[in-house]
Amino acid sequence: MNKAIMAAALILTASCAALSAANAQDKPETKPDKLKIGFVYVGPVGDFGWSYQHDQARQAIVKEFGDKVETTFLEKVSEGPDAERSIEQLARAGNKLIFATSFGYMDSVIKVAKKYPTVKFEHATGYKREPNVSTYAGRFYEGRTIEGTIAAKISKKGVIGYIGSFPVPEVISGINATMLAAQKINPNIKIKIVWVNSWFNPGKEADAAKALIDQGADVIMQHTDSAAAMQIANERGIHAFGQDSDMIKFGPKAQLTAIVNNWTPYYVSRVKAVMDGNWASQDVWEGLKDKMIEMAPYTNMPDDVKQLAADTEAGISAGTIKPFACPILDQEGKEVECKGGDHLDDGQIRGMNFYVKGIDDKIPGK
Amino acid sequence: MALVLERRSERSVAIALASPLLAIALTLVTMTVVFAALGQNPATALAVYFITPLTDGYSLQEIAVKASPLVMIAVGLALCYRANAWNIGAEGQLLIGAIAGSGLAVMTHGADPGPWLLPAMLLAGALAGAAYALIPALCKVKFGASEILVSLMLVYVAGLLLDYLVRGPWRDPAGFNFPTTAEFDSAATLPLLIAGSRVHAGLILTLVAVAAAAILLGRTLKGFEIRVVGTAPRAARFAGFNADRLVLTTFAISGALAGLAGLIEVAGPIGHLQPDISPGYGFTAIIVAFLGRLNPLGILASGLFVAMTFIGGEQAQIALKLPQDMTGVIQGILLFYVLACDSLILYRIRWRSLQRKALHGPL
Repeated sequence: MNKAIMAAALILTASCAALSAANAQDKPETKPDKLKIGFVYVGPVGDFGWSYQHDQARQAIVKEFGDKVETTFLEKVSEGPDAERSIEQLARAGNKLIFATSFGYMDSVIKVAKKYPTVKFEHATGYKREPNVSTYAGRFYEGRTIEGTIAAKISKKGVIGYIGSFPVPEVISGINATMLAAQKINPNIKIKIVWVNSWFNPGKEADAAKALIDQGADVIMQHTDSAAAMQIANERGIHAFGQDSDMIKFGPKAQLTAIVNNWTPYYVSRVKAVMDGNWASQDVWEGLKDKMIEMAPYTNMPDDVKQLAADTEAGISAGTIKPFACPILDQEGKEVECKGGDHLDDGQIRGMNFYVKGIDDKIPGK
Repeated sequence: MALVLERRSERSVAIALASPLLAIALTLVTMTVVFAALGQNPATALAVYFITPLTDGYSLQEIAVKASPLVMIAVGLALCYRANAWNIGAEGQLLIGAIAGSGLAVMTHGADPGPWLLPAMLLAGALAGAAYALIPALCKVKFGASEILVSLMLVYVAGLLLDYLVRGPWRDPAGFNFPTTAEFDSAATLPLLIAGSRVHAGLILTLVAVAAAAILLGRTLKGFEIRVVGTAPRAARFAGFNADRLVLTTFAISGALAGLAGLIEVAGPIGHLQPDISPGYGFTAIIVAFLGRLNPLGILASGLFVAMTFIGGEQAQIALKLPQDMTGVIQGILLFYVLACDSLILYRIRWRSLQRKALHGPL
């Protein structure tokens, strides 16, 4: 027994010695002219969806600016009490530009931003800003218009299965854009919605896909971050749309197209702005035209549908097709006020909290 | 020759004290190998995890903030586990406590109800946590149901209830449909102990809980009862201790502490109710409780240590670009060694020749 204690004491002393040696070592200091950029991801970088696409943009920054930047990311940062600390740790580590890439970080970003006025913050999909906090988001609903068009053409049973994350306006507007586009092709189209209450939960997403297929859906759409639903669709021999990134690898026979979030141009421009000293707080909401969202190649569909999809994409980019063109009827058949002239204005889309006519469901909690 | 574990005739006090240190040392040695395999300088990497968090005031504050709920929950769990009652559902009790206390904050939002609000929220959190913990305890006592399974499954029930509330009735009307309640009024948030930091008054309550549990266990008849029922149930029956009632008592105490910890999180660092309020504190606290040898003071130390691995893990992501999963690996290895080393308290390792074994017969 005494020997055991001796051994323990020895190991402990040895480890302590090793540790203090490490402390004495010189840390490689980064040059002061290097711009340090931090990223906070809600999922793992390997989710092949939302966080993966943000990390692609981070890598693009490294490629573009090389030695002039140093990037760091924190992954799987939950949107709870840890978020504020994670963001503050990045600020304390000398990062001068921090991308916080999930909506739930909003209050944490604002709190940390007030403490670190010289650090610039970029918050994805939020709506609170400060002089050193910008917000940015993609017009994801534009992609939904194309997907709704394709889905109505491809679905034999006329039932679209939709996997929702949270019933927030971004997701609601996606469902409505899908429905409006699909109704133009098939006025009797049905949409079935399952909420998984998570941005990233492959298990739940897969279960939701199975449930939707069992309820008769033969085209699956998702507003969640993993490729699980795509894999199920591929197994079951039906079609699906990728989300956030091109998921063709997970559904070579299933994927019709995917909404691909391309953050690279925006991120590169913001890094440049900080370097040039002209960064300013702003709110950016870009879509197909500015290539913040892109469509993956149209696959697994007949040529005429491909052509229709491409035409729709071109029309949205050119502004000739408005995803929310008036008149729009709500579920009770009442016409929605048209604040943007011939279409809903941005405020109405960003705060969207109703389903359009034809959706036979209820927004949870409403 | 064969390596055998031989039961000690009595517990070894020296090993009981050395065991956690040995576990930590073995963890450090193993991590050295893992870091080397990842191409990191092990000394530098270990320093980032275990030394740098202790070197500046900010990290120390954050360690305290992170350790506070872990310690508070683990202290309650220790009482349970010492009494041989297995509460695995502290996470659920935490959520229910947070919900109950937050309910008061949500209902009085914008009304300025006076200084009683915060104490009432704390009380509501503790009572709700205790009530929720009594469900598995009663099922065990009345019907012989496994308290492990029932308490664990109730975690998911609590999570879904929280989900329902923040998406439905308690949702911030001005919050664009996002699933959070309105930001609590300042009367409903815990005061800060250090301005400009996140160190909140909940830390004091944690220290009070540690002290109270230490006194309860060491100096009171109830504490004696807990220890006897846990270690020698037959002797406890002869002494007239009611094991069933003790299950109820310890579950209620641990539930109350978990509920209080949950309320402190939402009324402290978070400031509103949202679907994600705990990164699994109720489960991590189980590790903390065992690492602290189910002793309140030991738990205080182990809670701080585990919190340090979280903070260090984040700094490792920043400084060394190591993946976040390394933190989980370190915690897993640590728990593994703690449990392994603990067997040395009750057993000793002996080289035993097969001949001798034959003479003495099987043990």
